[in-house]
Amino acid sequence: MNAPFSWIKEYTDIDDISVKELCDALTLSGSKVERTTCEADSISNVVTGKVLEMHRHPNSDHLWVCSVDVGTDSHIQIVTGAQNVNEGDVVPVALDGSSLPNGTVIKSGKLRGELSEGMMCSLGELGLTTHDFPECIEDGIAILKKETPIGEDICKVLGLDDVSIEFEITSNRPDCMCVSGLGRETAATFRRPFRFPAPEVKKSTGDVTEYLRVINDTPENCLRYCGAIVKNVRVKPSPEWMRHRLRLCGVRPINNIVDITNYVMLEYNQPMHAFDYRNVKDGTIIVRQANEGEHIVTLDDIDRTLTPDMMIIADSEKPIAVAGIMGGEYSGTYDDTNTVIFESACFNGINVRLTESSLGMRTESSIRFEKELDPENTLPAITRALQLVEELDAGDVVSGIIDVRGNIPERKHLPLEPDKINKFLGIDLTTDEMVRILTSLEFEVSDDLIVTPPTFRGDILLMNDIAEEIARIYGYDNIPNTIMKGTATAKPTDRQSFDKALALRLVSAGLYETKTYSFMGTRTLDMIGEPEDSSLRNVVKISNPFGDDTAYMRSTMLPSMLEVVAKNANARVPSASLFEIGVVFRAKDDVNVLPDEPKELVIASYNDLDFFGIKGIVEDLCEYFNTDELRCEPLTDGLQYHPGKAATLYVGDTKIGTLGELLPKIASNFNIKEKVTVAQISVEDLYAVKGETKRFTPLPKYPALTRDLALVVDLETPSSSLEKLIRKACGDILESISVFDVYTGEKVEKGKKSIAYSLKLRHTDRTLKDDEADEAIKNALSELETIGAVIRS
Amino acid sequence: MKEALNRIREEAIQAIAAADSENTIEELRVRYLGKKGELTAILKQMGSLSPEERPVLGQLANDVRKELDAKITEKTAVIKQMAQDLRFKAEAIDVTLPGNRPKIGARHPLEKVLDDVKEIFLGMGFDVAEGPEVEYDHYCFEMLNMPKHHPARDTQDTFYINENVLLRTQTSSVQIRTMLNQKPPIRIISPGRVYRVDTVDATHSPIFHQIEGLVVDKGITMADLKGTLEEFIHKLYGKEIGVRFRPHHFPYTEPSAEMDMECFKCHGKGCSLCKNEGYIELLGCGMVRPEVLEGCGIDSSVYSGFAFGVGADRITMMRYGINDLRVLFENDMRFLEQL
Repeated sequence: MNAPFSWIKEYTDIDDISVKELCDALTLSGSKVERTTCEADSISNVVTGKVLEMHRHPNSDHLWVCSVDVGTDSHIQIVTGAQNVNEGDVVPVALDGSSLPNGTVIKSGKLRGELSEGMMCSLGELGLTTHDFPECIEDGIAILKKETPIGEDICKVLGLDDVSIEFEITSNRPDCMCVSGLGRETAATFRRPFRFPAPEVKKSTGDVTEYLRVINDTPENCLRYCGAIVKNVRVKPSPEWMRHRLRLCGVRPINNIVDITNYVMLEYNQPMHAFDYRNVKDGTIIVRQANEGEHIVTLDDIDRTLTPDMMIIADSEKPIAVAGIMGGEYSGTYDDTNTVIFESACFNGINVRLTESSLGMRTESSIRFEKELDPENTLPAITRALQLVEELDAGDVVSGIIDVRGNIPERKHLPLEPDKINKFLGIDLTTDEMVRILTSLEFEVSDDLIVTPPTFRGDILLMNDIAEEIARIYGYDNIPNTIMKGTATAKPTDRQSFDKALALRLVSAGLYETKTYSFMGTRTLDMIGEPEDSSLRNVVKISNPFGDDTAYMRSTMLPSMLEVVAKNANARVPSASLFEIGVVFRAKDDVNVLPDEPKELVIASYNDLDFFGIKGIVEDLCEYFNTDELRCEPLTDGLQYHPGKAATLYVGDTKIGTLGELLPKIASNFNIKEKVTVAQISVEDLYAVKGETKRFTPLPKYPALTRDLALVVDLETPSSSLEKLIRKACGDILESISVFDVYTGEKVEKGKKSIAYSLKLRHTDRTLKDDEADEAIKNALSELETIGAVIRS
Repeated sequence: MKEALNRIREEAIQAIAAADSENTIEELRVRYLGKKGELTAILKQMGSLSPEERPVLGQLANDVRKELDAKITEKTAVIKQMAQDLRFKAEAIDVTLPGNRPKIGARHPLEKVLDDVKEIFLGMGFDVAEGPEVEYDHYCFEMLNMPKHHPARDTQDTFYINENVLLRTQTSSVQIRTMLNQKPPIRIISPGRVYRVDTVDATHSPIFHQIEGLVVDKGITMADLKGTLEEFIHKLYGKEIGVRFRPHHFPYTEPSAEMDMECFKCHGKGCSLCKNEGYIELLGCGMVRPEVLEGCGIDSSVYSGFAFGVGADRITMMRYGINDLRVLFENDMRFLEQL
């Protein structure tokens, strides 16, 4: 909502208040100022000037050399190509060094050899149109009134120095979507009187009922309908003061009749409509629900099919307007319009809202109606329109106003409970002060403290609402800031601590955390090779997505991670190791049951961590969270993995995820050229296998013995099976076993590999003897022989 | 014999002075002071001296021995020191070369902010509550006093799954779930991902992160709301940052407010960061409407409460001076490594 400062001032006494003070105060009392604009800010050094003499330019047949009086001692010379200027005209003159709204800076210079010390301006060059100044022409210099003083700042002369204030009005306050409403807020905020005289028509003739009949067929949706007649309409531009105000509110002036309806809307927040009487069959207006299949061509030239849930304005034959939203093609006024019907009505907000959303149209009118307007506003507003018709001499007002009421809800009466309000807000205001505040907002408060909110405040329903009115005028900043009574202790849940610890552990392992969108596209699962019957295809589908790329909620974390990898690799980031913990969505059979939202961890790395790099990180996680030992089983048929470089990850019998090198085909689906290793881990499962806090093991009292064991086995034999046999053979004295070398190549037989283990052996109760260690190794070797492992010679 | 002693002394002193390695000095020690050394050899001849000469020469021999011993010890120390100096010189490093950093990754800036905010509220007695992102319309809107076709739904354009199920537009749904499951006193924050139909640009994203809070107890006042949120800002940004509260409108709170914080760059004077307002819009809040409490089975004549919501993405952008929201979700390593 835009409102000119000068117009707001009309409703109260704030001559001592600056624009900035007004904006700050209204922002703090609830009408937030978004910005202020002043047309004059973009215009400098442009003054009114009088053209004294004009001569043909000696070197041009279309240019003129003019001598112009700009209020200074000596006259200046201006060369112009304009053809609509005559000697004696008063025009806007941009002097040397002036600037114009489009950013142009005017400088003195020579034009074909003649000095030009400025420029005469057109409306366009001043950022204006002929709608604003209809007496000027579109493509020539703006000729001002003869009596305009010379040498004056053009902004002052044309009223461009007024400030337009843009307010952000919340949806519960339609009463502030008009200038009088903002005037009322201003008066209450500054504790000044509010002036808003009731409109009246001085002279009228005839009888409206002889012209107009209004039937309200839908009293639930049409709360009130007021109609009036103006005959002998004299269509012409409205006066400058009205055009000026409309312009500053962002409304384009058209002609006096249209401007009056717009002006009243801006002043009263009452959308109005003017029908040409000729086009309203039988002088009858029927407010009713549309019939099935009825059509209307609206003013924007679109043929719209109506349904019975939409309310329309009809004459005795056909729809002439969609109620509260837009008129039909014959509903406007024309240059030759003689008699006009003014409509000032109150329509049910929800109905307007539903209609505008099914028709896909919102107008200045409907955005007001949808917020529920005041049914008591229609009569003063239409009276104001008639008053303006009279003042502007736009026609002859016919006596009387047709006023048809529908089902208007009863007014609310609420008790004022000062103690409760003080306690609720944490303040200590007297009852008198509360009453004063409420009265300044036009609430009625009876002696026994019953509050009746004004009819334009449909949002006041409860004690809380009254408390807010008191609080905002008293000033939110005057309410103390207190610490809540009582103590509360809070701590994260075990699971919350786990999730955080997991992320921090991954960070300490050198990984960078990513955050990606939770959407996926309709083709995403194809891109990661998931078959038609994949469980990941139980997706949650968005019914109104932006597009195919974001149509589903993700059922796996992998694709968004691969997109991040691609983005980095293609931006020539040499290497990256990343992780993300996020929610994935698994739809249930019944669409009205919410999906499962388990958390998944995805890790990806290129040019940094390989299979064993990421496996090491997962092993570390298992140790950190004290799970049973991590077990990798070869995954030769993974949908996303290299068949020889992938594993299924188990802890005990629980499968916690998969790990492996990404298939080149899938990498290329994401436009990745690098080798990528990924792990996909269920956070839920990892949490489930988490162990208790570790317990301290006393430090060993006796020395350990170490033995290295280099074994040669078939290439296919997994290290885990060798380890298992060694553990079994050595028993309790084997404290730890680690691999320190793996070798394939010339020095071992083809089809074989060598794995070297380092064993640490220790007895907890006494010093382990060499021959005991040797015995253990001997046992191990004979066990290992059973699977063809021999000691490397 | 006296001459012999003096000669040895002279010779030895010269040799010690000339010695330049630990080996040489050790050789000199053996040669002069060792069991088979020259001095010992001379002393062995003492028997042939007269009783008068014996003590005199014995004394002299002893003095020479002591003197040479001291010289050798002294010289040894000098040589050792020199050797060490040489070694240190050879081992000297260029300390201006870079250190070997441990390889550590980084949390996403957004998560860092979320963690900090959670930490602050945990310290103020707020538990962290979580709830589903795909949510019932009922919990996300209807129980928050926003029935279907309520105009306030306009400001939260919604992705729907079907008529009754949607992507939550706010984590207030978690507050409803909490109130339905827990008796007051309630003090929670509900951080999480929310969704709105918004095309992506520098300040908008269809997915963003919210931290909402709820307090319900006996005698909770609007003054408590103000005090609590001011404390939060002081803990997040420092005590010198002022806040102001402005009336606003939310369907589920009344009175409602928006809280602005003083621009941390200009401290209220107005600058480019705060678009000359001196304040930065930070969060929405208000006293929970009685209908909302009653809808969750909480007696509004006994209990009152307040709620608030703040955008984590916005706080993150302000903290790190990020001017384009998209950067947060692009996950460029050069961004992730920076912060």
